Amino acid sequence: MRFVCRCEEVTEEEIVRLAKEGYSLEEIKRMTRMGMGLCQGRTCLRIAARIIAGIQGKDLSEIKLPTSRQPVVPVELGKLNEAFVKSKDE
Amino acid sequence: MKNYDVVIIGGGVIGCCVAYNLSKMGLKNVLVIEKDYLSSGSTGRCGGGIRQQWGTEANCRLAMESVKIFEQLEEELGEDIEWHQGGYLLLAFTEEEEEQFKKNVALQQRVGVPVRLVTSQEAKEIVPALNVEGVRVASYCPTDGHANPSKVTIAYAKNAKKNGVDFLIGREVVDGIVDDEGGNKVVRGVVLDNGEKIYADKVLNAAGAFSREVGMMFGVEIPTTSYRHQILVTEPLERFFDPLIISFYHHVYFRQEKAGGVVMGYGDPKELPSTKVNSTFDFAKTMAHQILDLMPVLRDVRVVRQWAGSYNMSPDAQPILGTVDGVEGYYQAVGFSGHGFMLAPAVGRAMAEMMLGKDTFVDVSYLSVNRFKGGVDTSEVAVV
Ligand SMILES: Cc1cc2nc3c(=O)[nH]c(=O)nc-3n(C[C@H](O)[C@H](O)[C@H](O)COP(=O)(O)OP(=O)(O)OC[C@H]3O[C@@H](n4cnc5c(N)ncnc54)[C@H](O)[C@@H]3O)c2cc1C
Repeated sequence: MRFVCRCEEVTEEEIVRLAKEGYSLEEIKRMTRMGMGLCQGRTCLRIAARIIAGIQGKDLSEIKLPTSRQPVVPVELGKLNEAFVKSKDE
Repeated sequence: MKNYDVVIIGGGVIGCCVAYNLSKMGLKNVLVIEKDYLSSGSTGRCGGGIRQQWGTEANCRLAMESVKIFEQLEEELGEDIEWHQGGYLLLAFTEEEEEQFKKNVALQQRVGVPVRLVTSQEAKEIVPALNVEGVRVASYCPTDGHANPSKVTIAYAKNAKKNGVDFLIGREVVDGIVDDEGGNKVVRGVVLDNGEKIYADKVLNAAGAFSREVGMMFGVEIPTTSYRHQILVTEPLERFFDPLIISFYHHVYFRQEKAGGVVMGYGDPKELPSTKVNSTFDFAKTMAHQILDLMPVLRDVRVVRQWAGSYNMSPDAQPILGTVDGVEGYYQAVGFSGHGFMLAPAVGRAMAEMMLGKDTFVDVSYLSVNRFKGGVDTSEVAVV
């Protein structure tokens, strides 16, 4: 058993199974939580894209990677609130 | 050339749920067309909340029917949808809200929603981490809940496929095929972005944020407008509260998802109409400020991701369902105004019944577009 997404413990087998059923990377992400953990898919999404491309006979460039979203690193709500208060003071 | 009984435009929760219900009722020659991927629209960006606490009798009934379906949906579809019947706790901070809550709860109880008014102290007992300072009263319904919207959508789609429904993913509908028969329009099908034509007896507009644009392809004017709504999720925590909590005063709702993260949204009253779904730092800051007022224990908890989606608003914040006079074969299920996920199971079944010419199991006739002919009246006030 090999984990592709370590944060959410999603295995290669699971991705292979869903890719064979025809699901896209975005759909698999939402079905398994792959890439939705603390690291936000920094490594696993690319590995998964390669697996899916292989199984579905697609070129890697045809596999759309999910939009990378803010925050780039996890940030505390308290810090965000400090920024809010500061922007109101200015 | 392909010929279908029904073509559904949009692979969100509504499109997939109608497709499933049609197939369950025996109609298999159905095609769902989705331009991106299943649940890529509002559905996959949604808060996942499911409540029965509404301000009109008809809305309460519709929501109650949906909850009944959600309660057994994992069994019916054979898939995990992360259904969690943890209730909804609505907080009133102003005198006006208190009055409104009292009226709503009386109405809801009359219709049979197991809701009750609770004091701020009781609210604190239900959610010990909540800061109840300033809460005048709260309303609590333990049979409300939440679920994972993408999983619900994909589960509906999977079962529809099993029943014989076709799905066309990654193709956009760019036009309608409409004949003019003696002044009456008759829908014949759709045109795709690659020029291909697909013929159908009936077409359902389930295009979410793009409902208005898709309506125009069939010569139908729909009074809907889309607005961006932003949302974020924290790192996972052990479950420490069950209900979805709403404060209309803070324009905030939040819940703890199955994986442990706290999902929270803020409906910015200054948002202008658009179909954009980008995220802003302003939202993250405001959201943090509001949530820490309501739940100060979250101060050191980290945000891992933020995103945005669309509310497709109708003039009275209620969905627009059914046929349109003078356009035969055209159906719509649009304008869900930020609560289309929770209504999907009941609406999906009722729309399928309507499209098959049957009586609907719950009244949805009051949601016809014809209601706007004489202006807008019963606005649903309870929307964040
Ligand atoms: C931040 C946020 C929080 C929310 N919270 C809740 C909540 O807690 N509870 C709740 O009940 N609701 C909530 N909602 C509202 C809910 O998400 C929507 O009402 C619901 O998902 C609508 O489903 P739909 O299938 O109509 O639309 P969508 O999911 O948007 O589906 C429409 C689909 O049609 C496709 N499409 C559009 N045009 C075309 C075309 N021309 N050709 C082919 N395909 C097309 C789109 O790509 C899209 O996938 C929330 C929404 C947002 C944005």
